[in-house]
Amino acid sequence: MTVAILSGFVLALLAPTLQRVADRRAGWALALLPLILSLYFATFLKAIGSGEVFHARHEWVPSLGIHLSFTLDGLSLLFALLINGMGVLVLVYAGGYMAGHPELGRLYAFLLMFMASMLGLVLADSLLVLFVFWELTSFSSYLLIGFDHDRADARAAALRALLVTGGGGLALMAGLLLLGQAGGSLELSSLTTQADTLREHPLATPALLLILVGAFTKSAQFPFHFWLPSAMEAPTPISAYLHSATMVKAGVYLLSRLSPVFAGSDVWIGTLTVVGGLTMLMGGWLALLQSDLKRILAYSTVSALGTLTMFLGIGGPLAVQAAMAFLLGHALYKGALFLVAGAVDHETGTRDVDRLSGLRRAMPFTALAAGISALSMAGLPPLFGFIAKELSYEATLGAAWSTCVTTAAVVTNILLVAAAGVVGLRPFLGQTLPTPKPAHEAPLSLLLGPLTLSVVSIASGLIPAMGVNELLSAASTSVLGQPADIDLALWHGVTPALGLSAITLLGGVGVFASRGLVRKSASCCGRVSSWGPAGWYELALRRMNGLAVGQTQLLQSGYLRYYLMMTVAATVGLTGYALLGRGTPATAWNWFDVKFYEVGLVALMLLATLGALLLKSRLAAVASLGVVGYCVSLVFVLYGAPDLAMTQFLVETLTVILFVLVFYHLPESRIVSETSARWRDAVLALVTGVLMTALVLVGTPENYPPISEYFVEHSVTRGHGRNIVNVILVDFRGLDTLGEITVLSVAAVGVHALLKLRRRSDSGSETSVAGPAPVEAAGMLTQKTPMGELHQEDRDAGDDRRGSSPIREGDKP
Amino acid sequence: MTSLILRTATRFLLPLLVLFSLFLLVRGHHEPGGGFSGGLVAAAAFVLYGLAFGIAEVRKALPLDPRTLIGSGLLIAVTSTTFSLFAGQPLMTSLWWKVAIPGFGDLDLGTPLLFDLGVYLAVAGVTLLIILPLAEE
Repeated sequence: MTVAILSGFVLALLAPTLQRVADRRAGWALALLPLILSLYFATFLKAIGSGEVFHARHEWVPSLGIHLSFTLDGLSLLFALLINGMGVLVLVYAGGYMAGHPELGRLYAFLLMFMASMLGLVLADSLLVLFVFWELTSFSSYLLIGFDHDRADARAAALRALLVTGGGGLALMAGLLLLGQAGGSLELSSLTTQADTLREHPLATPALLLILVGAFTKSAQFPFHFWLPSAMEAPTPISAYLHSATMVKAGVYLLSRLSPVFAGSDVWIGTLTVVGGLTMLMGGWLALLQSDLKRILAYSTVSALGTLTMFLGIGGPLAVQAAMAFLLGHALYKGALFLVAGAVDHETGTRDVDRLSGLRRAMPFTALAAGISALSMAGLPPLFGFIAKELSYEATLGAAWSTCVTTAAVVTNILLVAAAGVVGLRPFLGQTLPTPKPAHEAPLSLLLGPLTLSVVSIASGLIPAMGVNELLSAASTSVLGQPADIDLALWHGVTPALGLSAITLLGGVGVFASRGLVRKSASCCGRVSSWGPAGWYELALRRMNGLAVGQTQLLQSGYLRYYLMMTVAATVGLTGYALLGRGTPATAWNWFDVKFYEVGLVALMLLATLGALLLKSRLAAVASLGVVGYCVSLVFVLYGAPDLAMTQFLVETLTVILFVLVFYHLPESRIVSETSARWRDAVLALVTGVLMTALVLVGTPENYPPISEYFVEHSVTRGHGRNIVNVILVDFRGLDTLGEITVLSVAAVGVHALLKLRRRSDSGSETSVAGPAPVEAAGMLTQKTPMGELHQEDRDAGDDRRGSSPIREGDKP
Repeated sequence: MTSLILRTATRFLLPLLVLFSLFLLVRGHHEPGGGFSGGLVAAAAFVLYGLAFGIAEVRKALPLDPRTLIGSGLLIAVTSTTFSLFAGQPLMTSLWWKVAIPGFGDLDLGTPLLFDLGVYLAVAGVTLLIILPLAEE
């Protein structure tokens, strides 16, 4: 099972090369993998049909109880077959549709990567594995939707899909973790067995709500539906794959998967039924208003996803069976119709239904596939769509609020019948209209998909006993958590469902006939609909960018003094808050313990500090600061920290040298900051000092037990060293040290770049100073910052000092 | 700076200080010292040399460019943390070996020493990389 998932990723890596080698046959060759995988998964059908479940498990992070675990049960099998089956057709189709495209190899790679991610998602047993694959599908679909990356629309659509589904993914992660915490396990298989206790857990509802956000964004439920139609920017093979059978159904899959845990709870029933029902109605209505083939299909897909969500919300054997049957039926006809839309677009040059007519003469096979699929979508016997629709009516009739739910379903289906007519019949019947390209029949690679799917639609409608029964029963069993046995049949006798089907069909034909009227009346109130979730998305995006810009300007001002101020103020604020919030008592001390040399040391320190503040000469001030530093290192010596003392001493020395070197290049000291700014700095400095004093007074062993005991105890035994400080640095806290030297190195490289940049501009354009590329880049970067401006200004001032320095004090009025 | 005394003294001080910095590095595990202070001492030694003879001389005297020092320091430090992986232990677990030296006794050698060497090189490199160009003017 693991190999099955990984093989897709491996082949994705090889696909571009294969495309170069095999060229036109590459699509056919690559389709072999999903074909083999389909057959492989099909072999499980018998065993799973009889109630078996297959597991595969590898250790991943055993210490955290995270495993790379996969499960194959009925639900997974249904999805695995859909994913691979559609994968075969889409890969072949893509080869024909995109023939000659320079980046076809990349398309194959993305498609395969997506396929493998999707497969991993539906097979995952561990919640974390599921999440990883979930994000991988978002990521690969971003690449796929934005495949025509030189078009701004495609990029925007890809980003939109990524942000919506990625945002939902974040919620999902939180939800899954909460669920894992509530259930005490991250394995789905063990969570479903303890559903009863899990549902009572206080974390269950927050977990469910977060997971629903994830599922709704992925499956384009209202109000997150808007990304799906705009994702139609992708080339048609991608739309067919992502948006008919697979990616958008990931949310539905997740809901089905968690159904045994949550189904029946009030939140579950309420949210899913209402959101699903709303999405279903809205999708159906919007589908009718479109004239672009792909957009009609996209909105009708939104509607179908709503239907599935609603059925899962209703719950119970009937509704779940209906959902599973509808899922399969929808994948079959919607996949075919998408592929047909692509073929029509490819052969005629337009997807506008108003410009397409009478194509049956030029494209008989495409017309055949389109017709069959459209009839299945409309729910006509003997196609599988009919069976699915009968089942759904039975389910809605048996649901709570059955009048409401049934009416919504009937209205939606009427709209969808009309939409099916618009997509599958209208372009092929009637008078032949001239098209941008003279229409002719599509090649085999474009026909294979729609025709195969149509045949399957017929076959599974006529003889559902041939595997479909078994598959859907097994899937329903997984969703229900108890054995379910479906016996699909075309003829159920004269039932209420049959009557509803007849009403639907008649209504659908009526709406189809008057669709011009519908569209015209709808365009009058079009203003209202433009203020929809898509608008909220744009607004949120603008606001977020604005916030980012604002806070960057505030925090990343480019002036060293503000950085310093922010850092110090934040530290003081947070630490002070924590300190005051806890109200830890200060420890009293005995003044008589103070030794005379300590008094002397402190006096020296204070004097030096005053000197640093008041001395006019900069060098003298730096020297004074140095004295403070050396005094601190003496304090360390006195209190038995030789390591600290030594390091402090060395750092102090080098700092003084550094200061001297830097100040040497700077102009004479002068007071440039305003009085208010100086007061502000003084207050900040005082507060910092007070806080540090308070920390020292409070942070005694009585108040806070020292953490050093462990280190003292294990320094020799585990760290093999008697110098505890060093053992901590290189062993116990080695990771910190590694981080520190890395930060130091990066900072040094930054300083180096700044200095190099300065030298380059000093020597003007004739410079021949070796300027390697990184320095060049750093220069371009800094020139935009205020530091760069300052630097520029200095040069213009052309004062007699030794040129300009990007790291001068930078205090300009 | 052209003080003869400084120049003469520095000529001897440079090797001594570098040696001292290595001494600090090696003794650090048991006595005060370690890679950080060792690296700083090494850098200070070269800065002192630069004050006496000019930075150009320092660049000549340096066995490696400061940038290379930083890079190799980071590389050594990171590499030393990975040895434990080959012993089936988590990353950054320190490994120790007893090496018997005739006439001296057992010597404890471990990956933390290598890590400390990385710190030493990186710290020395960082300090020099910042100070040398500034002093070069």
